[in-house]
Formats: sequence, structure tokens, C-alpha cells
Amino acid sequence: MTMKKEHELHTRRKGRNIGVGLMLGGFVILIMALTYVKITSGAFELPNIEVSQ
Amino acid sequence: MTDVSYTAQTEEPEASLRDYYELMKPRVMQLVVFTAVVGLIAAPVSVHPIVGFASILFIAIGAGASGALNMWWDADIDSVMKRTAKRPIPAGKVMPSEALNLGVALSGLSVMMLCLAGNLLAGAMLAFTIFFYVVVYSMWLKRSTPQNIVFCGAAGAFPPVIGWVVATGSMAIEPWLMFALIFMWTPPHFWALALFMRNDYDDAQVPMLTVTHGRPSTRRHILIYTVLLFVLAIGTAFTSIGGPVYLAAAVILNVLFLKGAYAIWNRDEVIADADDYLVERKFFKLSLWYLFLHFGALLIEAVLRPYGLGGWS
Repeated sequence: MTMKKEHELHTRRKGRNIGVGLMLGGFVILIMALTYVKITSGAFELPNIEVSQ
Repeated sequence: MTDVSYTAQTEEPEASLRDYYELMKPRVMQLVVFTAVVGLIAAPVSVHPIVGFASILFIAIGAGASGALNMWWDADIDSVMKRTAKRPIPAGKVMPSEALNLGVALSGLSVMMLCLAGNLLAGAMLAFTIFFYVVVYSMWLKRSTPQNIVFCGAAGAFPPVIGWVVATGSMAIEPWLMFALIFMWTPPHFWALALFMRNDYDDAQVPMLTVTHGRPSTRRHILIYTVLLFVLAIGTAFTSIGGPVYLAAAVILNVLFLKGAYAIWNRDEVIADADDYLVERKFFKLSLWYLFLHFGALLIEAVLRPYGLGGWS
């Protein structure tokens, strides 16, 4: 038996899920870009950690 | 049984992404983005475009979050007023609890991310702005004082200051002039709206100046604020963020605005009723252009400055 859509609700949910997915993807890319800019700027300093051996 | 029939049984609304977007007051967000961008660009320190973009985005999300929290809190009066009855909660598209959850989650996210993208001071200022708009204005003063809209103006005036702080990491007098422009502009803008949206605020029992002090007093208040705004807006032209372009725009806009405020003060309800509040409606429309063009002129001055054209130098 084949499944079929029963309601336009499915379309609305699909649209919402795609929208949320795109926003999350965009957020990840933005964080990556921000991180790159921050660590390649002259002001960035690595924390001074003493390495214990 | 499908998930669709389950939803029908519980009778919970199934909001679309657009409904959630509407919950964030997109028109207010546009103003927030624009004024924050002007604050950021007018600052004497340049910002990497990605840092600038991310910061403005998080300021906008913070503003949207406070809009959602405002709609959650004010759902009862929104359903009574004609102007707000179609908002997502009174229209039954979004549950109040969803608006609360969205507002709280986005507030936390936007403040945290602005601290990381910009700096701690900018993040703290965004947190204070959300707190001020939601708790001080919406929950406390909106329903308790006829000067409510003055405080609403204060909440809406922070974005250019936050934009400036993102760039500089510190305070200065100039962003507070931009703050003052929005702060002084908000009352005449909303009081003009209250004059021609006649029964809205009465029905909702919001102590708007038109309800508590009457319409002649509201007309007088519009004129007083417009005179003060005139002095402030022209005076800003002679500071480090002003210049000839801004001065020209400010003179034209403030003369028109003052003329409109004088016309509003100079008429009564009988005359206003006869022409369906034509002067008040025109003044309201002009007020939208007024703020946009003032900040647009400040932006032009800031953009021209690196080429030695902006400002008075």
C-alpha cells in the first residue's frame, strides 16, 4: 500500500523543516567564518599554557 | 492514525515559519538593523565585514526575541486592538507558550553570540535592551503610565549605541546623540498614531496619553517633543558624526516636521474628524521618512569620511 499525503499540513511542515535546516546550516557557516576571522586577525593571541611533561 | 489527525484532536495551531517571523516584529527589526548599521559604520574604528555582519544579525535577533516576548505578554490587549488583532498569537496561529520559548531562547542565543562576535560590553547592552523592553516597558510601565511611549522610545533607541560599541568597545557621546534622536522621535510618532487610531487604546485600556490626558494635551505634547527634537537634530549636525549633507537633510526634515506638529496642535477633534485625521496621518507618514532620512544622512557622512568628504573637515 502506498503512503500519500492527507493534508496540506505536510507541505507546511516540510517548508518549516527546510527553513530551520537552512538557518542552522547558515549559522554553522557563520560561526566558521567568524572563527576564521578572529584567529587570523592580528589581535588574536594563543593562551599561555604551560605544558607539563 | 496519522500525525495530522493527532494535531486536529489537540487543536493546537500549526504555525508556519512565516508566523514565527511575524512574531519577531519584522518592521521593528528593520529599523533596528538600519540604525545599528549606522552606529557601527559611524564609529571611528573599522570592523571586519564578517564581524560586522554577524554582530548586526545578532542585534536583530535580540530585537526579534524581545518582540516575541512582548507579543507573548501583550496577547490580551493585542486581541482587542484593531491594529494588532492579526498578530500571530491573537490570530491563533502561534501558541503563547511557543512565543515565550522562542523569545527566551533567541534572547539567550543573541546575547551570547554578540559577546563572542563583538565584545562583552555590546552583549551586555543587548541584554539590558531586551530586559528594558520586555520587563521595564512591556510588563511594568506600558499599562501603568501615560508616558509609556517615552520608555518604549528608550528601548528602541539602543541599537545604534550597540552598533557603535561593537566597533569601538567603549562609549562616547556620539552614539548617545543617535540614541536621543530615536528617543525624542518615538513619542510624537506614536501619539500621532494614537490620535487617528481613535478607540484602539481606549478599548485595550492602555493608559495612552490620548486616554488619560485627552486629545488636546496629546496635541500639545506632540508639538513640545517636536520642538525639542528640532534642536537636537540640528545640533547633531555640528558634532563629529554630522556634516553638510546631514545638516541639509535635518533642516528640511525638521522644518516639515515642525510644520506638521504645529498643524496638529492648531486643530481640534471636530476639524480632525471632518477630514478623517488627514493632518495626523500625514504627520505619521512623514515621521517614518524623518527617522530613515536622518540616519541615512548620518550614514552618508560616515561613508564619505574616509575620502575626506564627510563631516566638516
